[in-house]
Amino acid sequence: MLAYVFYLLSAISIGSALMMVFSKNPVHSVLYLIATFFSIAAHFIILNADFLAIVQIIVYTGAIMVLFLYVIMLLNLNKESEVSKPTLVRVAAAVSGGLLFLVMIASFKESVDLQIIDVPDGLGSVKNLGKVLFSEYLLPFEATSVLFLSAMAGAVLLAKKK
Amino acid sequence: MNLALLIPVLPLIGFVINGLFGKNISKSTVGLIGSGTILGAFICTAIVFINFVNNGSVATEVKAFDWLVIGDTTLSFSFYVDQLSLIMMSLVTGVGFLIHLYSIGYMHDDENYSRFFAYLNLFVFFMLLLVMADNYLVLFTGWEGVGFCSYLLIGFWYKTPEYNDAAKKAFIMNRIGDLGFILGLFLMFSEFGSLQFTEVFSDASQYSEGNPAILGITILLFIGATGKSAQLPLFTWLPDAMAGPTPVSALIHAATMVTAGIYLIVRSHILFDLAPETMCIIAWVGAITALVAATIAVVQNDIKKVLAYSTVSQLGLIFVALGVGAYTSAMFHLLTHAFFKALLFLGAGSVIHAMSGEQDIRKMGGLKKVLPITHITFVIGCLAISGIPFFSGFFSKDEMLAHVYNDSVPLWIIASGTSALTAFYMFRLYFLTFSNGFRGTEHQKHHLHESPSTMTTPLMVLAVLAAFGGGLGLPMELIGIEHAHFLENFLPGLEDANFDLSHETEIFLMLGAVALAVGSWLFAKKIYKENQTIPSDNVTGIQKLFAGKYFLDEIYEKAIIRPFQLLGNALYIFIEERLIDPVVNAFGTLSIKKGNFVKQLQQGNTGFYIFGIVAGVVLILVANYLIWFR
Amino acid sequence: MNEITSTIQVVPLEYYIFLSVTLFSIGVLGMLLRRNAIIAFMSIELMLNAVNLLMVAFSAFRGDAKGQVFVFFIMVVAAAEVAIGLAILTMIHHNRGSVDINALNKLKW
Repeated sequence: MLAYVFYLLSAISIGSALMMVFSKNPVHSVLYLIATFFSIAAHFIILNADFLAIVQIIVYTGAIMVLFLYVIMLLNLNKESEVSKPTLVRVAAAVSGGLLFLVMIASFKESVDLQIIDVPDGLGSVKNLGKVLFSEYLLPFEATSVLFLSAMAGAVLLAKKK
Repeated sequence: MNLALLIPVLPLIGFVINGLFGKNISKSTVGLIGSGTILGAFICTAIVFINFVNNGSVATEVKAFDWLVIGDTTLSFSFYVDQLSLIMMSLVTGVGFLIHLYSIGYMHDDENYSRFFAYLNLFVFFMLLLVMADNYLVLFTGWEGVGFCSYLLIGFWYKTPEYNDAAKKAFIMNRIGDLGFILGLFLMFSEFGSLQFTEVFSDASQYSEGNPAILGITILLFIGATGKSAQLPLFTWLPDAMAGPTPVSALIHAATMVTAGIYLIVRSHILFDLAPETMCIIAWVGAITALVAATIAVVQNDIKKVLAYSTVSQLGLIFVALGVGAYTSAMFHLLTHAFFKALLFLGAGSVIHAMSGEQDIRKMGGLKKVLPITHITFVIGCLAISGIPFFSGFFSKDEMLAHVYNDSVPLWIIASGTSALTAFYMFRLYFLTFSNGFRGTEHQKHHLHESPSTMTTPLMVLAVLAAFGGGLGLPMELIGIEHAHFLENFLPGLEDANFDLSHETEIFLMLGAVALAVGSWLFAKKIYKENQTIPSDNVTGIQKLFAGKYFLDEIYEKAIIRPFQLLGNALYIFIEERLIDPVVNAFGTLSIKKGNFVKQLQQGNTGFYIFGIVAGVVLILVANYLIWFR
Repeated sequence: MNEITSTIQVVPLEYYIFLSVTLFSIGVLGMLLRRNAIIAFMSIELMLNAVNLLMVAFSAFRGDAKGQVFVFFIMVVAAAEVAIGLAILTMIHHNRGSVDINALNKLKW
């Protein structure tokens, strides 16, 4: 049964992603991306990363995509005035993307089967994650706070009206 | 023995101090340091001399440091203290000190005072290296060094282009001789495996006469000596070198540098004794040079040029003596010549100083009363060089002529003729400069004054040496006292082995030479003092050949210099302009073209950049895949 | 949860890799095809998410929490990057009047 859940979620993800890329209206693109994020959050849940799933929903869809939406509204982009690129460019882009895809698939065909280890219980729980985060990865954790500080300052400085 | 090391080091210290700090210290300090170091070197030489004689006159080697170590052979920088080098050292430091003293007064008004003394000290340093050397390499170092200092000093007043040309000419002609010297050194090293005097000479004594290798070495060494000591065909630089200040002419071109070639041959006499053909060449080259130079000197009107050609002529006579194997006589005449020629040059400098820079003797005259000390010392110099009896030149020249007569009469005829001409032109110079009435301008007449004591004291000392220097080699055997010739006793192994003239023949020759000299003197007196002839500007007949210096400069110009210039020009056009320049320029143009092509990538189009990034990554991945998994 | 986790072996790892690669390629395609800078930016987010999915999949199959920690940091960086990027885009719109990629061509040779 789980397999069907997986197939469904994958279909939603890929479909939303494709719609996001080919949609003409930017606001529609944002909404499709939000759908993609939700499906990925669902993937996280079945992959035993519940904390990350919640973080994904809160941070990505709740903050980042809302930010995108704000900017699109601010720049008044809901009318579509974009001229599409010339055909040669589109063909070249399609070729590059396709080639990338092919290579990655082909390369993992040669890969060795991984040993599947017994997953301990509560791998993705807050408690477990917190233990690892605050013991081994304490320094990067603190560094990210500095990162956020600089990002905040930068954003304020950049968007300031003179 | 460490004192011997100090002798060349003192002038070097003087050079460094005067060269680096000369502009910042007072002129009198500069003069003091410059002359003081030479005086110090002279005193050290005297001490070493006395020690040497007291310790039994044993030749010693004083090593400074190992210079070149090539495999098994080591060429060390060391000095050789024996009688010959001691005599030369005393000459260089003694006469050098007197000339430094003279320069304090002569160059007093020059703005480059300190540079002059620095160069003079450097020159003395190199000359000392030359005469104190223990092997041919150190000798050659000194040889090159004095050539270089000669260039610096001749072109001392570098703001005048002609002086620079004269300096270059001197250096280039020296260089041509040096090429012969170097080739000789190579041949010597390949033959004997060493360049050290003692080793080479002891090896050479095993050789028989007429060995082709020795012949080659000696001829090449003689070519080197020709360049340095201004013999045919490399002598035209010496008259031009009079462009330098007079103390330079006195020190370098009378007393020391030009004697380097003679010293070389005397030092290597063991090699030269084994090559009779070379000795013949030396004698004849010397004779011809002496005659040619003397004839040119007869028609010169510049006081320094007369003395320059006289130097060439006297050196030629010394080479004749060397060529017949009379080494001791050659050294004797070298010493006396240094005395009286330096005296004459310094006296000429005093005259020029008094005449406010005028050097043409046709515009002088009557300086007898105004420059008393200069006059008397100059007279003594003239008497010495002409070989008037009991002055130093008389003894040395007659000894040389006797040895020459013993070897070959034609050479003797040429040498005697040259001596007669010498007396003639020297007294011509004297009478035109000092006798009769003054022929210069009023302005010059006002400025006529005797030189200061720093200039006249060396003149007086040198005059004493020129007058009594004959004591170094009195021919006592003529009056019955055998083995009383000081120089002959002092310098070992340099006697002429073939000398077998009887005492009567010697006295005859002596009287004949004196008669010639006195005759020339009286002849000159008649023409220039009593008839008051002044040399005119138009010269006719054979005098034209003499006055044109046998047109040697022009011959060199057309036959040697022009073809080289044409060759250089042709090579420039064919190789530089047609071949190398296009290639080098092509590199530049190629870069520009390729750059133009590649810069099209920078269109500023962000979309293209993104595509570039993705394309690059894809390419890398594809390549990676193909390499790793196929 | 436990049942879900223990039956994860039903879906082999290769499927997750396939999914992740597909999402990534779609993101690349979006970056190249669209001229609107904001859509391009969103494609970047899609690419980051594809990577996140891959890391979490590996973490689940290997029983290692480190993968999820890394995803955590990726999210942090993505958030900061979006903030700054959108600020820059806003400025560009303010200066040039549009967010078209081809309008940003001042760095020509």
